Amino acid sequence: MSRVGWIRLAVIGTAIGLLEISCRLGLIDHRVVIPPSEMVDALLQLLISGQVNDQIARTFGIVTAAVLISVVLGFALGVVIHALPRLRETLDPFFATYYAVPIFIFYPVMIAIFGLSAIPILLMGVATALVAMIIATLNGLDRIPRILTKVARMHQMGRLSTTLRLKLPAAAPHLFTGVKLVVSYSFIAVIASEFILAPAGLGRIISDAYSDFDNRRMYALMLLLIVVATLVNMTLHTLDQRWAARRGLVKS
Amino acid sequence: MIVIKRATDTLIVFAVMLLVWQALHQFVGDTALPGPVPTLQYLVRFLPTARFAENAWATLVSFFYALILSYAVGLSIGIWMGVHRLSGAVGEPILISLYTLPKITLYPVVLLIFGLSTSGRVAFGAMHGVLPVALLTMNAIRNIPLVYLKSARTLRLSKGQTILTVLLPATIPEVISGFRIGFALTLLGVLLAEMFAAKHGLGFLIINAMQLLQAEEMVTVALVLFVFAIAANALLLVIEHRLHRRV
Repeated sequence: MSRVGWIRLAVIGTAIGLLEISCRLGLIDHRVVIPPSEMVDALLQLLISGQVNDQIARTFGIVTAAVLISVVLGFALGVVIHALPRLRETLDPFFATYYAVPIFIFYPVMIAIFGLSAIPILLMGVATALVAMIIATLNGLDRIPRILTKVARMHQMGRLSTTLRLKLPAAAPHLFTGVKLVVSYSFIAVIASEFILAPAGLGRIISDAYSDFDNRRMYALMLLLIVVATLVNMTLHTLDQRWAARRGLVKS
Repeated sequence: MIVIKRATDTLIVFAVMLLVWQALHQFVGDTALPGPVPTLQYLVRFLPTARFAENAWATLVSFFYALILSYAVGLSIGIWMGVHRLSGAVGEPILISLYTLPKITLYPVVLLIFGLSTSGRVAFGAMHGVLPVALLTMNAIRNIPLVYLKSARTLRLSKGQTILTVLLPATIPEVISGFRIGFALTLLGVLLAEMFAAKHGLGFLIINAMQLLQAEEMVTVALVLFVFAIAANALLLVIEHRLHRRV
């Protein structure tokens, strides 16, 4: 690991250490934050007991579905919009403002329409992530070098093989950026929806644990979410860097 | 010409959204989603009421403080990490992973610290806004072309002059972009906080209306927030474009 990486690890380690010491010394009230070591212990026991397995499966199931729908639909819509320049110009102001709207204000509307079930949550996940994928697809298609189309024509490649062998690989880095955003946006949207109001799911049981003053359970579940989110995002980031390095865009 | 075309495009988008709204209303019925016309009628009656004023004011106050805090803390972190390269290299991935975290999971911690109060909502809103402001400020400073600093030295500008006439104008457009994203996310944070646990504010009104099955009020408040967010974003976008053109 690089020097910077070690320093970063030391900074994070110190922060966690300080929190642990402050909690143990009573500088931070046990009713507010429990020591990190206790969070880990609580999480391990919770996972071993298997009490929350259904909730974990439910939440990550919805996230996975939202990611798949957003990626496939977002890519398809991106391709269609890219092919129709007039439509694209019209949609420009829409894309420019989409993420300025706090989209969660429509979650209650979704509940009113579809009832309190997994559907509004899934829809919030898709609504939050889909547009990022469309924008990323448009970006990727915009940046396919013209020279590639000429090369394809010189080699008399068919439409399909041009798309599969030249265009898609050329657009791939941007598409991957889209996928990265889709994953983190869906995750955030699903958890937040479950938090506000949901019949079940990780967000819901964290908020229940908060209402019951069950700090051990609450912090254990928070730790689980933070660890999973960080691991997934780090994996995607590493993949992204590796691909960029292979293309010679950045030094690995 | 371009202005007219842009305006037409925006109008088309709005018209399509209204049509979709009406169609959805026809499909699911009055109790779930009132159509655009009844909603506007309700809006006209609802806006002058004290109930709306009180809750809108509560949201505005939390949002205002949260925004100030986001900008101040975000700028400080961004400037520090932009100027001090090592801190930037160490801190950037940490900030990015915090950015991708569902921060709502941490709201109970905020509640345990601050209680169910305005300060809690302010802190939670600021947690959302700080990160984009910090990241974009840091990038703005890092991306200043070296030749700017060299010319400043050639012209023998003092430190104060360099900051005022070179560094500030070079970084401001990107910082404003950060402010725009920070604005949207801070608003989201404050509203989420109100939706999760509060007795005041527009976020609370929406959830409350849903639970009381007052679909009209729910959609009306959502509409008000929607218009507010779009208007503010448009204003910040105009400022941003102007600054980018100048540089």
